[in-house]
Amino acid sequence: MLIGRPDDISSSEITDESLYWTRREWLAAAGIGMAAFLPGRPLVRLSASQELVPNKWEEVTGYNNFYEFGTGKEDPAENATAFKTRPWTIAVDGEVAKPGTFDVESLFKGLTAEERVYRFRCVEAWSMVVPWNGYPLRDVIKRLNPTSKARYVEFTTLLDPKQMPGQRYDVLEWPYVEALRLDEAMNPLALLVTGVYGKPLPNQNGAPVRLITPWKYGFKGGKSIVRIRFTEQQPKTTWNIAAPHEYGFYANVNPEVDHPRWSQATERRLGKLIRQKTLMFNGYADQVASLYTGMDLRRNY
Amino acid sequence: MTIPRIKGLVWLAALAPLGVLVWQGLHDDLTADPVKYITHFTGRTALIILFITLCITPIRRVTGWNGIVRLRRLVGLFSFFYAVIHLLIYLAFDRGFVFTELGKDIAKRPYITIGFTAWLMLLALAVTSPQAVLRKMGGKRWRALHRLVYVVPVLGVIHFTWAQKKDIHLPLMYAAVLGGIYAIRLAMWARNRIGFGQPAGEPVN
Repeated sequence: MLIGRPDDISSSEITDESLYWTRREWLAAAGIGMAAFLPGRPLVRLSASQELVPNKWEEVTGYNNFYEFGTGKEDPAENATAFKTRPWTIAVDGEVAKPGTFDVESLFKGLTAEERVYRFRCVEAWSMVVPWNGYPLRDVIKRLNPTSKARYVEFTTLLDPKQMPGQRYDVLEWPYVEALRLDEAMNPLALLVTGVYGKPLPNQNGAPVRLITPWKYGFKGGKSIVRIRFTEQQPKTTWNIAAPHEYGFYANVNPEVDHPRWSQATERRLGKLIRQKTLMFNGYADQVASLYTGMDLRRNY
Repeated sequence: MTIPRIKGLVWLAALAPLGVLVWQGLHDDLTADPVKYITHFTGRTALIILFITLCITPIRRVTGWNGIVRLRRLVGLFSFFYAVIHLLIYLAFDRGFVFTELGKDIAKRPYITIGFTAWLMLLALAVTSPQAVLRKMGGKRWRALHRLVYVVPVLGVIHFTWAQKKDIHLPLMYAAVLGGIYAIRLAMWARNRIGFGQPAGEPVN
């Protein structure tokens, strides 16, 4: 049995209740919309490894994989400072009622922004906890009205070697493409992210809009999205093209299925020295395991 | 300058990378993932020092400074020093000193298999490095064992390459440098052989 017993994690962990810790004093200093921020409120009692304490701002915004701006973890923060994220349009095409190009703001107009404190697990076996701000992907998809033929949704990152120095090297096939099965995309956890820690998303994190699917490895979350395409066939995705034996289409966090070159059983939460156990579906089994009923997750890695 | 004084400088130079790490640690400059940073840093340092060890004989030939050979063991031992930190950090923080986990990694993951093999070879070179051991082993056997010094950096570079997710330009640079060092040594070896084997003017059969 590959799908383990659902983890006894309270669902409050993944809701939009902000469980910020008061020690994030810069946050108070920033004086941003703190309606949901309740200082002194005790954290839900969780075991150490499951406690959702957000990582520091410096970690979230200073340690990124965003190869468009360089392959080093600190390259994106350095090389994305001048990146232009406005005006920004997103092309919507494929199996959709009304294809078109939308301004990023109009895409979200009328939708309610939410705040979600999610675990973020990189395929390289490090992790963070990040307080994202964004819009449920399902709300946007419903608005775009895909046809009955649509079975997948594909996200394409901007291709602009002038602004993205990493794209001048063919370390990956550009532009970066990621995709989800439509039912995965409609899962309430999937988020189109436009902010972090209540602030606009920094360029190095994928501004102006990126995808976050917290039960999957981080690379599934395409950044600086310029195109959303609905398809009947499973799209080809960048890391899967680069190394098909190492990175599958699904890329669900799974401690039982190792990367061919390293173990996925444990992870290092940034800020902690000792590794901790990786949770099935990154701790979101209750919410997503049913998407994969009957599937061999060892084959569909 | 006398050899002991130069050895003092070698100590200083070889401990400088460790000093950099300590300085970075004190200034909170070890990246968001210090364990990984220190692991990679010490691994690269061990390799670079090993490359320097391999350059000592060519430098001796080119400069005619024979005394430099007396620094070789010390330099080599510093490579081992960083390789020990490299392995210990991995063992402590990545495997929690659970040796069965290390065993599993060695069996399952080629880059660790090869890295650990290189480490064991370095260990063999380090423990046989004292003069007393050389005398006990006999020069011939000792030299045969110490030819491993040509194997270790190759394994090290392969380990480095296989540990990368995708971007292997840095390990490839190491490979290029190592290739260059071997090319020089091979050329020198070939010239020596020809020089000693065929006195000038004698016909080749």
